Amino acid sequence: MDPAPSVVRLAVCDAIHTLASSEDGGCIFSVLGSLKHYLGEAEALPREREEFARFHFSPLLRCLVSKLSPDWLELLPAGQLEELWASFFLEGPADQAFLVLMEAIEGTAGPSYRLMKLAQLLERFLHAGRVAVLLGEQCQQQAQPGTPLLQEMLLGKVVCLPDYLSNRLQHENLALFLPQRYFPLLAEELVRALRIVADTLRGGVNCSVTFVSQVLGKVCIHGRQKELLGVLVPRLAALMQDDRLWQQVCWRLVECVPDRAVEAMLMGLVEAAPGPEVLSQLLGNLVMKNKKAQFVMTRKLLFLQHRCTMPMLQSLLGYLAADSQRRPLLVQVLKELLEMWGSSSVVRHAPVPQQHHIGKAILMCLVYLGEAELQDIREELLASMMAGVQSHLDSSLPPVRRLGMVVAEVLSARLHPEGPPLKFQYEKDELTCEMLALVAPRPADGGPSTLGKSLSAASVATETPADGSWDVSTAPVQPEGADPELDSDDEFVPYDMSGDKELRSSKAPAYIRDCLEALMTSEDRERWEAALRVLEGLVYRSPVATREVSVELAQVLLHLEEKSFVAGFEALCRGALVAVTVTDPARVAEYLTTQFYALNYSLRQRIDILDVLTLAAQELSRPGCHSTALQWSPPSLGVQGESALAASQLSGVVPTDWKAVVELRIRSKTRRFSKASSRLDPACGPNKFNAVAGCFFFPLIQRFDRPMATFDLLGDDHLVLGRLTHTLGALMYLAVNTTVAVSMGKALLEFVWALRFHADAYVRQGLLSAVTAILLSVPAERLLGELSEEVLEARAWLADMAEEDPDGECRALAVRALLLAEKLRDRLLPHPSP
Amino acid sequence: MAAPILPPPLPDPQFVLRGTQSAVHSLHFCRGAQGQGHPLLLSGSLSGLVHIWSLQTRRALTTLDGHRGQCVTWLQTLPHGHQLLSQGRDLRLCLWDLAEGRNAVVDSVRLESMGFCRSTVLAGAQPRWMLAMPGRGNDEVEILEMPSKTSVCTLKPEADAKLGMPMCLKLWQADSSPRPRLLAGYEDGSVVLWDVSEGKVCSRVTCHTEPVMGLDFDSQKARGVSGSAEKALAVWSLDEQQSLKACGTHEVTNPGIADVTIRPDRKLLATAGWDHRVRIFHWRTMKPLAVLDFHTATVYCVAFADDGLLASGSGDQRISVWSLYQRT
Repeated sequence: MDPAPSVVRLAVCDAIHTLASSEDGGCIFSVLGSLKHYLGEAEALPREREEFARFHFSPLLRCLVSKLSPDWLELLPAGQLEELWASFFLEGPADQAFLVLMEAIEGTAGPSYRLMKLAQLLERFLHAGRVAVLLGEQCQQQAQPGTPLLQEMLLGKVVCLPDYLSNRLQHENLALFLPQRYFPLLAEELVRALRIVADTLRGGVNCSVTFVSQVLGKVCIHGRQKELLGVLVPRLAALMQDDRLWQQVCWRLVECVPDRAVEAMLMGLVEAAPGPEVLSQLLGNLVMKNKKAQFVMTRKLLFLQHRCTMPMLQSLLGYLAADSQRRPLLVQVLKELLEMWGSSSVVRHAPVPQQHHIGKAILMCLVYLGEAELQDIREELLASMMAGVQSHLDSSLPPVRRLGMVVAEVLSARLHPEGPPLKFQYEKDELTCEMLALVAPRPADGGPSTLGKSLSAASVATETPADGSWDVSTAPVQPEGADPELDSDDEFVPYDMSGDKELRSSKAPAYIRDCLEALMTSEDRERWEAALRVLEGLVYRSPVATREVSVELAQVLLHLEEKSFVAGFEALCRGALVAVTVTDPARVAEYLTTQFYALNYSLRQRIDILDVLTLAAQELSRPGCHSTALQWSPPSLGVQGESALAASQLSGVVPTDWKAVVELRIRSKTRRFSKASSRLDPACGPNKFNAVAGCFFFPLIQRFDRPMATFDLLGDDHLVLGRLTHTLGALMYLAVNTTVAVSMGKALLEFVWALRFHADAYVRQGLLSAVTAILLSVPAERLLGELSEEVLEARAWLADMAEEDPDGECRALAVRALLLAEKLRDRLLPHPSP
Repeated sequence: MAAPILPPPLPDPQFVLRGTQSAVHSLHFCRGAQGQGHPLLLSGSLSGLVHIWSLQTRRALTTLDGHRGQCVTWLQTLPHGHQLLSQGRDLRLCLWDLAEGRNAVVDSVRLESMGFCRSTVLAGAQPRWMLAMPGRGNDEVEILEMPSKTSVCTLKPEADAKLGMPMCLKLWQADSSPRPRLLAGYEDGSVVLWDVSEGKVCSRVTCHTEPVMGLDFDSQKARGVSGSAEKALAVWSLDEQQSLKACGTHEVTNPGIADVTIRPDRKLLATAGWDHRVRIFHWRTMKPLAVLDFHTATVYCVAFADDGLLASGSGDQRISVWSLYQRT
C-alpha cells in the first residue's frame, strides 16, 4: 500500500463524497468498510492510523451523524449499515467520539428518531466502558503537554452528562442517564481508569491522575458525593488493602483535586468512609500537606457546622488520631472544642444541636487521646471546664444543663483518674445515654465489667434453686392418687389486688384545723405525713372551714420542708396548695403573688408559687370544676354498677361490665355516617376564673423590673423569669372569655415588648407563647381595635423572630403565632381592600 | 371475646356477723349439732364469751360463758360426740358438752403457761384422743392423753437450742405411720418437728427472724406454711427422712400474720394479717389470689368450713364470712 498521507485523505474525501451523494447501500457499505480498517490494529500502518485518528476522524463522524435517518439506515437489510455506523463511534478514539456524540445530541432540538438513536448509541458507549478508555487516555496524555481547552470541555461533558441528556430527552430520558445510575457507573469507570494508570506506572511509563482527580472534584462540587463515593470508596479500600502502588495512586488522586473542590470531596469522603481506618487509608497525610484540607477537617466540619452524624465524627476524629504526625492536630482540636464549649456566649447563643455536636466531639477526642497527652494540657482543659460547667448549669434549657453535666463528668474522670469523680444528678434521656455510650469501655478491653457479669451470672445460678423450688420440691412427694387436672390453676382467677398498699398506722386528721396544727407542730412524722396526704381531699370537702384559715394554710404549705422522706412529697404539697387556692382564690392568690416578690425565698419556692397559680387557674377555669369535690371519695370502686357487681360475685359468675360489652357489639354492627351525633355535650358552667383573673395576673406582672438584693429577675434569675413569662401566658390563655382579658392582654403585650430582646431562649419561648395566648384569648375585634398598634409591633417582632432567632423552638413558636395572627385578621376582614 | 380480661374487682363478704361486742380471737366451724344440715360457726371473744352462730339464720344461737371474762384464744370441736374444747387466758382449757342443747363445762384442764400459744388435738374415731398444749416450763410443750388427762410426755428442747416459747402447735399423724407428730413454731422463728412417742426433735428449720405466729400443715403433700411477725410467709416441706426443708418465702405487703389456715381441700391458703387484711393464696403455687380488705382492725383468726366458706374474726368486733372459689 502507498504510505503517502494523501492516500488517507483521498479515501476519507471519497467516503464523505459518497455518503453525501449516494443512495446505494452496497456502495456506502463498501466505502465505510474500507475506511474502517484504519481503526484496526493489524491492517493499517501506525502512521496512517494516527493520521486518520488525528485529522480525519472527527469530520467523518460528523458526516456520519448528519446522515442519520430512518431511510438511510434501511438502505441495507438487517441493520448492517447501522451496526457499521455505530462501530465507528465505539471503536474509534473515545474522546472524539464522545465529544461528537454529545455535540450532536445538544444540536438536536427536541425528542426525535435521530435523538433516540444517538441516545441509544451513547448508552452503548457507556456500557462498553469507553469512558474509562477516555479517562485513561487523558491521564496518559497529561504526562505530555496537553490541550487544556479540550480537557476542560471533556470534563464538563463527562460530569454534566445527566443534565445535558435530561434537558434534551426530557420525558424520554433513559434510566442510565439518571444521576442515580450514571454516577455509580462513572465511579466504576474511574476505578477502571485508575487501573489503567496503575498498569502504566507499573510499566515504568510516567502518567498523571490529575484528570481523574478533576472529574472526582467536579462531581463532588455538583453535590453527587453520595452516588459516586458510595461505590468508589469501598472499591478503592479493597484495592489498597495490600498494594503500595495503589495507595500512592490514591493519595495522589486526593491531592490533585483542585482546591475549590477539596471541601466537597472531604465532606463526601468522611460521610462515605465506614470508619477511621478506611479514611486514613484514603487520605494519607493530606491534612498536613494541604492547608485547605486542614481547615476543612479541623475547623469547618467541627466548629462551623453541625451536620456530622456520630459515625462521621468518629471517622473524622479517628483519622486525626490514627497517625503520630496528625495527633498534635487532635490535641489542638480538643483544646479549641473545650474553649468553645466553655464559652458562655456560645452556651447562650448557639443552637442546641450544635452544642450537642461539640459535646460529642469532645467526648470522642477524650476517647482517642492518651493519658500523657491529656496531662500535658491539663491546666488549660481544667480552666475551660470550670467556666463551661458554670455557664451550662446557668442555662435554663434542661438539655443544655444535662449536656454540661455529662461532659464535665467524663472530662473530670479523665483528668483526675485517681481523685473522687465528679457526679451530677440528672435524668438520663436518649441523648445522654448515647453520649455516655461513646465513652463506655469497649467490650474488648472491659475486663472488670465482664468479670462482674460472670459473677452476677454465677450468683443467679445459685439463687435459682431456692426461688424456683415451689413445684420441684412438691412434685416428688405428691401422692399418686391426686388428680393433677383437678389442681389446675384455671379456676383460680386472681381478684384485683391493686388496693394492697402499705398500711399507715397513725390516724389522719379529720378536720382542716387539726391538719394545719399537725403540719405546723407535729413532731410525730407519721402523723405529719398522714396530715399531708389527706389535706387536699379535706380542703375540697370542706370549703367553708378552709376559707377561715386559707392564708395560714397557704403559708404553712409554702414553707413546708421535707424533713424525712415522703414519697411524692412535692406533688402532695403542690396538690394541697392548689386546692387551697381554688377554694379561696382571691385571698390566697393575693398572698402568693406578694410572696413571689418578697425577700428570702428560694428559687424553688418562687417557681412553686408560679406553678400553683397556673394549676389553680386551670382548675378554676375548667367548666364544671365543682365536680372535683366528688372525685375525692376513695377511688377503689366505681359507684356505678357496684351492687350489680356484688350480686354477680355472689352467684359465682365472672363479673363483666355488660354495658360495655353491649356498647361494643352495637358499635361493631352499626355504621355511622358522621361522628357528631355520638359526641357528649361538653360540661358547661360559669368560668370561676373570671372574677379573680386580675388577682392572679396583675400583681405578678407589675414588679418584675424592680430588682432586690436576693432576687433579680432581669439579671441572674432568668430561669424564674422564663417561668414567669410562661405562667403569665398560661394565665392569659385561661382568661379566655373573661372581661379582664383585654386589659390583661394590653399589659402582657407591654411586658413582651419590654423583654423582646432577652438573651435567654427559654424566656423568649415564654414570650412567644404569651403572645399566642393573647391572640387566642382576647376577642379579635378588640385586639384589632384597641390594641392594634401593639399587635402591629408584635407582628413585626414575630416576623423577625421567625427568621432570625438562633433557637429552633423559638422559630417554630414564632411561625405558629404569626399564622394565628394572619388567621385572625383574615377572619375579621373577609374582604381586604386591595 | 379475646380481649384481655381485667382482674375482677375485690369481692364483698357474703355476710357479716356482729354482736360479739369485743374483739374476735378464735373461730371454728363445726357441723350442725341437732342433725341440721347447716354448719355452725363458733367464735371466741376477748371478753371471754363463746358465741355459737347459725349460718342459716345468721344469728347467735347460744353464748357460752366459761372463762371468767378472759380472752378465748382457741376453739375446737371433737369429732365424736358434741364436745367443744375452748382455751382461755384464765389458764383453763374447758371441755363443753353441747349435745341436745346443753351447754355445760364437763371438764377442764389447767394450763401452766401464760403465753398466747394455742393448743392442738389429734382425735380419731377412738374415744381416746391426744392434746398438746404449752407446758409448765417456758419452752415446754405438754402432751396429754384425753379424756383421762394423763401426761404422755413433756417435749423440752435441749438447753442450748434457745428456741424460746412455743407460739403455735399442730398435731398430726401420717396415714402411713402410727406415730403422732407435733409441729411447733417457736419464738425465735423456727419450726420444729417433734416425734411425740419418743419425745425428741426430728428436725428443725429456721424460716423466720421473728416469732412464728401461726402454722398449718398439709399432710398429703407434706408441705406446711408458717406466718410470723415479719413481712414474709414461709413454706417448708417434709421429706421421707422426716427432715424439714425450707422451700421458699413469700413476701406480703405489710408485716404481721396472726394466723394461717389451709382449706380442707388443700387448694387455698388464707392468712390473717395485722394490717386488717385477709390474704388468699393458691396453696400449690403460692400465687396470691385476693386481698380481702374489709376489717378495720387487726384480723386475729381465719377459719375454713368443709364446704369452703371462709370466716375471719377481727379486733373490730366483726366476723366476716366469705365465699370465694367455691368447690364445684
